[in-house]
Amino acid sequence: MKPAAFDYVVATSTDDAVSRLAEFGEDARVIAGGQSLVPMLALRLARPSVLVDINRIAELAGTKAEGSSLRIGAMTRQNTIMQDALVGKHAPALAAATRLVGHHQTRNRGTIGGSIALGEPASEYPATAVALGAQIELRSKGGTRTIPARDFYEAAYTTAIKTGEMIHAVHFPHWPQGTAMAVDEIARRPGDFALTGIVVALAIDAGGKITRAGIGWFGMAQTPCVAVQAEKALVGQSAAKLDIPAIAALAVADTEPWDDIHATVAYRRIVGGRLAARVIKKAVAMKGIA
Amino acid sequence: MSDHNIESRINGAVYKKTVPARRTLADFLRQDCNLTGTHIGCEHGVCGACTVIVDGVAVRSCLMLAVQADGADVRTVEGVASQDGTLHRVQQVLHEEHGLQCGFCTPGFVMTLVSLVERGDNVSEEEMKAALSGHICRCTGYQGILRAVKKLATQNTTAKA
Ligand code: FES
Ligand code: FES
Repeated sequence: MKPAAFDYVVATSTDDAVSRLAEFGEDARVIAGGQSLVPMLALRLARPSVLVDINRIAELAGTKAEGSSLRIGAMTRQNTIMQDALVGKHAPALAAATRLVGHHQTRNRGTIGGSIALGEPASEYPATAVALGAQIELRSKGGTRTIPARDFYEAAYTTAIKTGEMIHAVHFPHWPQGTAMAVDEIARRPGDFALTGIVVALAIDAGGKITRAGIGWFGMAQTPCVAVQAEKALVGQSAAKLDIPAIAALAVADTEPWDDIHATVAYRRIVGGRLAARVIKKAVAMKGIA
Repeated sequence: MSDHNIESRINGAVYKKTVPARRTLADFLRQDCNLTGTHIGCEHGVCGACTVIVDGVAVRSCLMLAVQADGADVRTVEGVASQDGTLHRVQQVLHEEHGLQCGFCTPGFVMTLVSLVERGDNVSEEEMKAALSGHICRCTGYQGILRAVKKLATQNTTAKA
C-alpha cells in the first residue's frame, strides 16, 4: 500500500529537530533510517501528520569512546556499527547482535536510535542495551535527560520517550577486561523476527570467577526482559564449573512469552531454555574482551 | 501533504522533479522517472525486488522516501550494463548459470550483487550469500543464483592472483 499523506521537514541540526518536535507535538514522528517506520506508514499502522527527518544531521552519527562508556549517536547506521572498531572492542555483543538485525540492505539505512526507540519486543538492539546496562540519552527543547535502558521499555512499542523528545545517543558502559559476550536467536528465516533470542555478557576475572553478569531476552516478553535471577546466581561462581542447564532454567523463569501464529508459550520456553544454555556455554568458552 | 522539489542523479543523469512527501523512492523511479526496471513486490521491505544503490550501498527503494534521495546518487538496473549493451559481470554470470526465470526479482538481486562486487575488496562468497538473504525469488529455487555467486567469488580470487 501507499502511505497516507503527511508533511515532511528536514531537520538541519539536533536543536532544529527538537524545536520542530516541540512545535508539531503529538502528531509528529522522527524518521531516522525508516526501515520500520516506512513499512508502518505503507501499511497505515502509523499515520503521523508530519515527519521530522534527522538523516542529514551529521552530529548524530558516529561512535566515540568516552571515559567509562562508548557513545553511539542515534543516527549511526547498523552496518556501520557492525564494522566499527570501537564497538568490536568494547561492546562485541552489539556487533554480533547487528548481524541478526534485518538484512544487509535494511542495515545500510537502519539506525541504532530507530531500533532502540521503536521497542519492538522481538528485536535485538533493545535486548542488547538492556543486557549490557546501556543508558539512553534523550533530547528535547527543554534539554537532555538520560535513562537506563532497563527502565526505558514500558510495553510493546511503548518507551519512556515523551512527546517532543528524541534519542540523541546510546551509551554502552565499558565492561571489565575478560568479559565474554555472546548473542543468538531462533528465527524462521534469516532476517525474520526472532521467536526467541538472548544476549549474554559475563565478566570473568583472572581466577575464572564471574564478577558480573548481564542477560537480556528478546521475543520473550512484551519488552526486552532481564534475566535478573540468573544474573544474580551467576555472580561469584566459577565459569568453568557452572550448572548451565540450571542457570538457563532460571533465565527462562524471568520471561513472559506469548502465543502467536509463529510459536506457542511452551515452545518459546523450551527453545529459549536450550538457546540460553547454548549461548552461556559459548560465552564461557570465549576469549573475553581485551 | 507537503510537496518538495528534489534533484537526484540517477544512472549519471540529473532528474529534477516535484514530489509529494509520501512518494517512495521506488514509485519515484518508476512513475516520475519512467525507470521501470526497479520492481515493486511487497511494498513494505520484505522481498528485496526494489533494491537499488544509493550513494554506493544497496537499499530497499520502497523503504526510502523520494524526498530523502534529494542530492543523492542513485543507480538502478538500467544503469548496470554498458552503453553498448555488454552485460555487467553480475548479469553475465546470472545469465550463464540460469539465475533467473521470470525475472521479477532479478533487478534486486543484481543491484545487491553489483554493490558488493564493486566495493573493491574482493567480497567473499559467504558475504554475498548472506546479503542475498534479503531477497525472495519465487521461481529459481535459488540454486542457479548461488552458482552465479560462486562464479563471481572465483572471478574475484582469479582477478587477485
Ligand atoms: S518492494 Fe521493496 S522490499 Fe519488496
Ligand atoms: S526469477 Fe521469478 S521471482 Fe525470481
